[in-house]
Amino acid sequence: MSKILIRGAQVLGGEPQDVLIDGETIAEVGTGLSAEGATVVEADGKVLLPGLVDLHTHLREPGREDSETVLTGTRAAASGGYTSVFAMANTFPVADTAGVVEQVYRLGKESGYCDVQPIGAVTVGLEGKKLAELGAMHESAAGVTVFSDDGKCVDDAVIMRRALEYVKAFGGVVAQHAQEPRLTEGAQMNEGIVSAELGLGGWPAVAEESIIARDVLLAEHVGSRVHICHLSTAGSVEIVRWAKSRGIDVTAEVTPHHLLLTDELVRSYNPVYKVNPPLRTERDVMALREALADGTIDIVATDHAPHPHEDKDCEWGAAAMGMVGLETALSVVQHTMVDTGLLTWAGVADRMAHTPARIGQADGHGRPVSAGEPANLTLVDPAYRGPVDPAGFASRSRNTPYEGRELPGRVTHTWLRGRATLVDGKLQ
Amino acid sequence: MDTHDSDVARPVLEGPDIARVLTRIAHEIVERAKGAEDVVLLGIPTRGVFLAQRLAAKLEEITGRKIPVGSLDITMYRDDLRMHPPRALARTEIPGDGIDGRLVVLVDDVLFSGRTIRAALDALNDIGRPRAVQLAVLVDRGHRELPIRADYVGKNLPTSLRETVKVQLAEEDGRDAVLLGAKPTAPAGER
Amino acid sequence: MMRHLISAADLTRDDAVLILDTAEEMARVADRPIKKLPTLRGRTVVNLFFEDSTRTRISFEAAEKRLSADVINFTAKGSSVSKGESLKDTAQTLEAMGVDAVVIRHGASGAPYTLANSGWIDAAVINAGDGTHQHPTQALLDAFTMRRRLVGRDTGLGQDLAGKRVTIVGDILHSRVARSNVDLLHTLGADVTLVAPPTLVPVGVEQWPCEVSYDLDRVLPKSDAVMMLRVQRERMNAAFFPTEREYSRRYGLDGERMARMPEHAIVMHPGPMVRGMEITAEVADSDRCTVVEQVANGVSIRMAVLYLLLGGNEPAVTHTRPTTERPAHTVLSDEEK
Repeated sequence: MSKILIRGAQVLGGEPQDVLIDGETIAEVGTGLSAEGATVVEADGKVLLPGLVDLHTHLREPGREDSETVLTGTRAAASGGYTSVFAMANTFPVADTAGVVEQVYRLGKESGYCDVQPIGAVTVGLEGKKLAELGAMHESAAGVTVFSDDGKCVDDAVIMRRALEYVKAFGGVVAQHAQEPRLTEGAQMNEGIVSAELGLGGWPAVAEESIIARDVLLAEHVGSRVHICHLSTAGSVEIVRWAKSRGIDVTAEVTPHHLLLTDELVRSYNPVYKVNPPLRTERDVMALREALADGTIDIVATDHAPHPHEDKDCEWGAAAMGMVGLETALSVVQHTMVDTGLLTWAGVADRMAHTPARIGQADGHGRPVSAGEPANLTLVDPAYRGPVDPAGFASRSRNTPYEGRELPGRVTHTWLRGRATLVDGKLQ
Repeated sequence: MDTHDSDVARPVLEGPDIARVLTRIAHEIVERAKGAEDVVLLGIPTRGVFLAQRLAAKLEEITGRKIPVGSLDITMYRDDLRMHPPRALARTEIPGDGIDGRLVVLVDDVLFSGRTIRAALDALNDIGRPRAVQLAVLVDRGHRELPIRADYVGKNLPTSLRETVKVQLAEEDGRDAVLLGAKPTAPAGER
Repeated sequence: MMRHLISAADLTRDDAVLILDTAEEMARVADRPIKKLPTLRGRTVVNLFFEDSTRTRISFEAAEKRLSADVINFTAKGSSVSKGESLKDTAQTLEAMGVDAVVIRHGASGAPYTLANSGWIDAAVINAGDGTHQHPTQALLDAFTMRRRLVGRDTGLGQDLAGKRVTIVGDILHSRVARSNVDLLHTLGADVTLVAPPTLVPVGVEQWPCEVSYDLDRVLPKSDAVMMLRVQRERMNAAFFPTEREYSRRYGLDGERMARMPEHAIVMHPGPMVRGMEITAEVADSDRCTVVEQVANGVSIRMAVLYLLLGGNEPAVTHTRPTTERPAHTVLSDEEK
């Protein structure tokens, strides 16, 4: 395999250095490096990060290939700087058996753009009634370690308790979509001032917070670890902060959109802002940013949720929930966290690569940028400014809330084990 | 018509002229309507209504009887509705005994294209069936676009289409006058 | 210029008064032998009803026909909509037929807003009730009824409802009538008090321009108009209140309570009434109850709205949704473009 020399990149935002990739690994990191026959990438002013890891992606295959496939989703991931994504289980059929997770795993291998680690369903058919064969999925070729009914909450306290306990046998983790179902019947948006005015069914913060509170206590009681998906409220932050202070083994994620957007946008009734959990208030957004900065929230995960045009080109009530996010995540994080001084680029590497890889046990990902490590890398131009153009997305879907909005930063290169998947912003 | 227009406009009838003209029309009505026993006066808003009320007062002086007087708003019968934003509606007030079988005298300030009167005839059609309809106007300025003529005319005023005719009445404008002015743009018509 | 009527909150005070004054003239048409005006001849209005509502539909239909519009009734039940056709496809079908206005009733809050702003159609959109959001013509006819009764038919012309005390009682949470009335009555200068069990008051109501009380008896003596809202019995099953009996006892209007209202005060109801639940037969049938007037006034108001939106080459009602009064968090404060 050929050699690649990345010249003058700010590794994790630090002083300019040269990074030499030889084959699948990083051969050398230093200054003034040269290598005969190497492809040279001039990286003046650019930031080199470990390839990003997304613990929460919906690739939709099998079953909803009209919105995304493993191939288009991993191309979108590579465009966004990702080298590893965790594919959620709410496909058709549901990824609740070894057969389905192996299919997704194999499709990921074939795509070649990004490693795909399937997430297994916690319960059969995401119905919350009966545990899926968690052990079989773990032992399958896909080696599943993260389990989630995402899209639905494991609301039965006994089932949740059992799942938390059961996965301890093989070091798995349950990722909870925290949504008390009875409190969110008919919910269309955040419950508050705006929902009262718009007459849309409210999704109260307490429906998320009560489940998180219950689950951290369950995790403490049975001595398991628990991961909280897409935390969206200031109250959830306080609960997680409290749980961590007690030594409970809890990790939490926040989506880029919950770091930026508020429920005021729903006044437009534009379904592009319809998402679950819903956009909250400015106070929540600020609390989430602060929590991500201080580590209460461990990681950023996209909750990339592609939907076909017709599912968003309709009245609010009929529209699907979700936003695509893989191709804009890093820009939103730069805008909300880096450019605001809340997080350094090293912090970004931690929240978007190191820690998600650790939580999901993504071997070879989220590693330091140093000699001997797998060459999973991404190169970002932080000085770039430009409007988001969904027409240029690699994702099959266009349901982004950022269309036309100017965001900073652009991923120019992505390498997956030394192979360039993205060069100068173009997929290879 | 704004004040700027009336500043440069020339009065063709002053207050006393208007009073005299209305007295004459009242006598003509009594004469032609054989005592005006079944006359109902309907003014077309805005100034036609004031003229109708003044005429009614004069008719009452002459005949010693109460003359029914009302108003007929023709806005929703106009044929140029689609050419302007919707106008605020004025009051239509038909006297208590109605218009069926009676002689309705429509009263307006200026007769121009005739379209207002056409609309008024349509509106009357929806309200009842008069024995006959007549028309009284303070000024006839010509330029008819429909086969309509007035039965009682205060003053025939030959005009060009570039001129404007503005009637002022004390009830609305603080003074009585008929003003002839020049218009820089194409005529929009008084009504 | 406002082309559509989506929310009562979109109306300025002058717009609202213009509509009320116009409706007063329209009401006179009902007293004539021929209850028809040629104003909207050749204009096509579609009543697009995705939800059953016979009374609202026939009220609009009567208004449209009195103005000589061509009327097409489209009810979703049994149509292609129930076979899965989207609002967009339905709208574009109507557009292709050359309709000038769409009167829409939809179960989803915001559907009329989306229809008007999506670019799917050019026609004017009039909201005839969307989900639990807005029902602006209902608020207008309620204001019209109040102005007639509390200010006067002729003396009310050009007037608003400044200083009038209006109490709205019942299921505020699920009521588009309450939302529309709060917006419009506030614009017209009235003081509004909402009365309901706390379960039927939306979270976020503290930002509405009105007072909230849980005690009907305290509010009644200080009310010029009391508007009772329908309370669906099914709400009981979702634990919004324990029993029908308890609801009526605490929040229903009976003769004894009505006697505590000032002598001039009126009782209103948007209909259909649930007698024995929120209102007793004694109150519903009393002279102070304006239910039947409200129905008649609904036709006049809808004629006025149709005339002012469709009667000319452009609408006569201005559009000033008070966005400036809202907190500017649409995009976060550090977000500057």
